[in-house]
Amino acid sequence: MKRLAGIPASRGICIGPVFQFIRQELVVSECRIDDPQKEIERLDAAICTAKDQISRIYEKALTEASQADAEIFQAHKMILEDPELLSEVRKKILDGKCNAEFAMKETAQAFSDMMAAMKDEYFAARATDIMDVGNRVLRILLGVAESPSANLKSPSVIVADDLTPSDTVLLDKSLVVGFCTARGSATSHTAILARGLGIPAVAGVGDEVLHHNNNAQVILDGTNGEAILDPDEAAVKDYQQRIQTAHTIREASMKHAHEPAVTLDGRHLEVVSNIGNVEGARSSIENGAEGVGLLRTEFLYLERSSLPTEEEQFQAYKAILDVFDQLPVILRTLDVGGDKEIPYMGLAAESNSFLGQRALRLCLVRPDIFKPQLRAALRAGVGRNLKIMFPMVATASEVRAARKVMDECVLELRQEGQPFAENIEIGIMVEIPSAALVADQLAKEVDFFSIGTNDLSQYTMAADRTNPKVADLSNAFFPAVLRLIRDVISAAHQESKWVGMCGELAGEPLAAPILLGLGLDEFSMSPPMVPVVKQILRSLNAQEMQALAEQALQLETPQEIQQLVKEKVPFIAELA
Amino acid sequence: MKETTVLVNNKVGLHARPASLFVQAAAKYASNIQVSCQDPDTKELREANAKSILGVLTLGVFQGMEIKIHADGEDESQAVETLAELVKNNFGED
Repeated sequence: MKRLAGIPASRGICIGPVFQFIRQELVVSECRIDDPQKEIERLDAAICTAKDQISRIYEKALTEASQADAEIFQAHKMILEDPELLSEVRKKILDGKCNAEFAMKETAQAFSDMMAAMKDEYFAARATDIMDVGNRVLRILLGVAESPSANLKSPSVIVADDLTPSDTVLLDKSLVVGFCTARGSATSHTAILARGLGIPAVAGVGDEVLHHNNNAQVILDGTNGEAILDPDEAAVKDYQQRIQTAHTIREASMKHAHEPAVTLDGRHLEVVSNIGNVEGARSSIENGAEGVGLLRTEFLYLERSSLPTEEEQFQAYKAILDVFDQLPVILRTLDVGGDKEIPYMGLAAESNSFLGQRALRLCLVRPDIFKPQLRAALRAGVGRNLKIMFPMVATASEVRAARKVMDECVLELRQEGQPFAENIEIGIMVEIPSAALVADQLAKEVDFFSIGTNDLSQYTMAADRTNPKVADLSNAFFPAVLRLIRDVISAAHQESKWVGMCGELAGEPLAAPILLGLGLDEFSMSPPMVPVVKQILRSLNAQEMQALAEQALQLETPQEIQQLVKEKVPFIAELA
Repeated sequence: MKETTVLVNNKVGLHARPASLFVQAAAKYASNIQVSCQDPDTKELREANAKSILGVLTLGVFQGMEIKIHADGEDESQAVETLAELVKNNFGED
């Protein structure tokens, strides 16, 4: 048995056989051929088959994944039609009298190297595209099965270096019980995919996991970020018990999912969800969320080659708002920076992008990005309960600047005679310590706050949450973070403004009693956690939790605080 | 033989979607079409087949650079005109 520590990328526990997701190394050797013309015919037939395959994957991606995922395959098709690449392969076969496989491999490698040499993320991605396409043709020539993931026959834990959209689009997700990656982070493609599927994922456990045998057992604890290789009988039993308990609690809480969360002493808490697409919206309703506390909009911008148009955004937001009818939906404006691969935005690489020109800071200098989004949101909000919030606010002047842009959009829409949502509530994410410290000033500028505990923790503790070596420190249970949360809530209440939380802490069972005691008004989390947190809140007395929260904030470590909660509220120990 | 010089003024230059649109448009013509530009640092002249996405991408044409479109063949005038128009219209962006 071996325990590997990683980054918690998606909650939950699973036990299953390892499936090593390996990009096959195709073995190609050079041989002399006598009939180059026949070899060219073989090549042409393989390219034709490859194009058919890509067209089919493109269609599949369009219906099952996103437009952005699908565009990758559109690009693949163009590479296969590239006259320079094709003539180079043909020339190799004719002049060098070598086999089609060798000619294809050499040429793809040469073009790919040329792209990789440009030392730019955009070109590096194209280099990968060329190798992807080249390998597809090689597999056809060699008669090798399409993708290793096609071999997934029974429920398995996918183990990989890291996964890209082109890897996962073909994966039979109904057979994946969890993801464990050697690299990657809580914000990588794999992590987002896993959270959307509601299955556990642990990222960044290191290369060792890649040498683990296929079909050997592995336990993934996505909540605590741990992978246990070859677990002994006791560990398997222990985790099976935890899975069973979680399952029982979930089943029980699901029975009351659609009832409001009212504490024993009669306080109603709003329990809403964090989502990023229409599937999340549907899952929210099924799980009894009373609206959306965080609608991420990044999905519209990633993995594509140009800015989404206002109309495209309008349609996307409208589709989501329609699901919620009159329930509140808080749309967060674009939250990206230099760490995201969005080549078409022309963002300069920054030495520390988490402290760089990201999110609202970027939007304020890029009206070409900001305005279409605000206009699309305002238009989509007609007849719905839309609220808008800005991420990464550090000062009150930033809020005023953002409001000014919003006012301009309103004016334009009015002049154009476009229908739009009027007088909507405007809020901000409180995720930078400076914002928390001047929350009294900020509260005067907005209608509500939403505390983003993931960033608030990493900025307060100065610990990068994507770095496994210090991820421990980036924990919202540290009293420094909890005290900031307390101050933010009381500053907002002084101004009669309400406070929500959309960071992971809001969906953490052990945090619920403390947050209730601190006076949080709205809890926003991934949809599957909604019924569980509602059930917990219903079992608590808000008044009593005030004392618990005060006591917790005097302790020193996250462990002490969690222990205190477990002692005072024993039934929660079962859930955590 | 027909050729013209145009200023590339869209945000991402000849990359991503604009590059795809350019190559797709070029592929519709029978003529041989070349596109060339001058390296802003070394002043070296770079040239690529306008029907090759990989060739066009590696030219590295960014916003503010001039490109020369050169066509040779039966539909050369039409080809040069269409491609130049596409660039001038910023590939239909904004």
